[in-house]
Amino acid sequence: MNLLTPFQYSFMNEALMISALVGAVCAVLSCYLVLKGWSLMGDAISHAVLPGIVAAYSMGLPLAVGAFASGLLCAVATGWIKSSTRIKEDTVMGIVFTGLFALGLVMFTKIQTEAHLNHILFGNILGIERDDMIQTIIAASVTLVVVLVMRKDLLLFCFDAAHARAIGLNTSMLYYVLLSLLAGTIVASLQSVGIILVVAMLVTPGCTARLLTDRFDRMLLIAVASSVLASCIGVYVSFFINGATGACIVLAQALLFALALLLGPKHGLIARRFRA
Amino acid sequence: MREISPPLSIEVADVTVAYANGIVALRDASFKLGPGVICALVGVNGSGKSTLFKAIMGFIRPVKGSVRIAGKSVEQARRGKRIAYVPQSEEVDWTFPVNVWDVVMMGRYGHMNFMRLPSATDKRIVAESLDRVGMSDFKERQIGELSGGQKKRVFLARALAQRGSIMLLDEPFTGVDVTTEETIISLLRALRDDGHIILVSTHNLGSVPEFCDHVVLVNRTVLAAGPTDDVFTEKNLTLAFGGVLRQFHFEQSTIQEHDGRTVKLLTDDERPLVFGKDGHLEYKDREGREKLVKEREKEAGK
Ligand SMILES: Nc1ncnc2c1ncn2[C@@H]1O[C@H](COP(=O)(O)OP(=O)(O)O)[C@@H](O)[C@H]1O
Ligand SMILES: [Mg+2]
Repeated sequence: MNLLTPFQYSFMNEALMISALVGAVCAVLSCYLVLKGWSLMGDAISHAVLPGIVAAYSMGLPLAVGAFASGLLCAVATGWIKSSTRIKEDTVMGIVFTGLFALGLVMFTKIQTEAHLNHILFGNILGIERDDMIQTIIAASVTLVVVLVMRKDLLLFCFDAAHARAIGLNTSMLYYVLLSLLAGTIVASLQSVGIILVVAMLVTPGCTARLLTDRFDRMLLIAVASSVLASCIGVYVSFFINGATGACIVLAQALLFALALLLGPKHGLIARRFRA
Repeated sequence: MREISPPLSIEVADVTVAYANGIVALRDASFKLGPGVICALVGVNGSGKSTLFKAIMGFIRPVKGSVRIAGKSVEQARRGKRIAYVPQSEEVDWTFPVNVWDVVMMGRYGHMNFMRLPSATDKRIVAESLDRVGMSDFKERQIGELSGGQKKRVFLARALAQRGSIMLLDEPFTGVDVTTEETIISLLRALRDDGHIILVSTHNLGSVPEFCDHVVLVNRTVLAAGPTDDVFTEKNLTLAFGGVLRQFHFEQSTIQEHDGRTVKLLTDDERPLVFGKDGHLEYKDREGREKLVKEREKEAGK
């Protein structure tokens, strides 16, 4: 077995391709999440998809549809509870998503499925089925196209929602667009990293890029590059250790972040030390 | 800026605004402004200035009363991109990865197609707007790397780029250097002369009589509204500010003949407001107010 062995297997090439695509979508979205301060929202929605997935299994629907629906339900329920009580948003979110996640776990034990809980929680990109692959590609492509088309409006929404409203943009529509994109991204990444680690994909690339540039367009490019690189490294390495692909990808993301943190030309720790 | 539309006006009628937590920030506020006016919104912190702005922009729906812009609803006015809003500095995330050019270009979004691709006209207007506030040399700067005054000017440029006919500025003079203050004031004057309605909230009392034609005094409601000379009086200000303002009285012994009858007054960042003996306003810039000043002199002479 040598360093090129992984590329002799078609499942490896497919896994590399899918996770690169997923990495790219997550990276684009992570730039908005980081700037909007929605990291916790990403975590919440990703956990909240579980009951939707289980329900979709039992009804024979595509898993992506169930996941998307219950992810959005979590966000909408959070917004509604927040606006009609005096409890703060992060607190409400903590209750709603853990509640939904627990509901998903209970449903899972009650409903007989052929799915492995482990694969849902931690992803299973090396053993991905044809159907799941198609769903992932659709979810990722749709999300990517919508974000890229709406990227300036979404950026303005994150930066200055008051101005966006003042010039006649529909900010509540933008809020739901961003939420749906987030849910779509999470659905797309379930196969590669799973529910538990998705939030890393949704936060780390944006943070890494944030450390390296002060321009949004460059931030997008850097985030995508680092995320695709980390995804490929993760898949490649996991071939040799025989599993835990999602964890390997997230670990690679964290390493790239650490490098940016240390070596960043302007905001990096070393550069700061030298300037001080 | 040239487009002629139905007579411009802002009408705030009996507006009561309550926040979700039950605080009634404004009660029965009413005032009216016609075209070509600079109006100061004056009141202590927490008196409801920002709230009134948000109501005029339609960001918060009043529980009672209405706001009409040129006879139409606020939503219609917003769709027409007529209202530009310059936010309070505290409301902006200055670490955001956008530069000066990007921010001013955001003023043009309402005029672009859904992809927000800037046309040559958009670029020209952005360049012009930057030029008018003297920020052309800072196009490439990330917004966090600007001084307080420069930050204000960037957002003013964005409002200019929007080419609206109503401009709301929330505390544009807070944390701003004197040059920026003068730049902003002369720009606002030019806009007023073009027929715009400009609303400025401030607690920088000294500059109000120098460039504002109208004043609205607020403290949880509109205490008084109208032309500066009628409203901006010692009595009304005492009503609006209570004991919050510091007062200095110059007595006869301070203003002596052999000193040429002048006193020098130094303050930190804010301009002092000076009332004459009989309660009339003293102006620093007498330009444009010669008539008034002459009247005062005649009074003094008789
Ligand atoms: N989002 C909000 N929720 C609840 N109360 C608010 C909110 N914004 C302002 N207030 C309250 O409304 C009052 C007026 O505030 P504001 O309009 O910001 O005053 P100003 O701009 O004159 O300093 C204050 O008592 C403030 O505490
Ligand atoms: Mg305020």
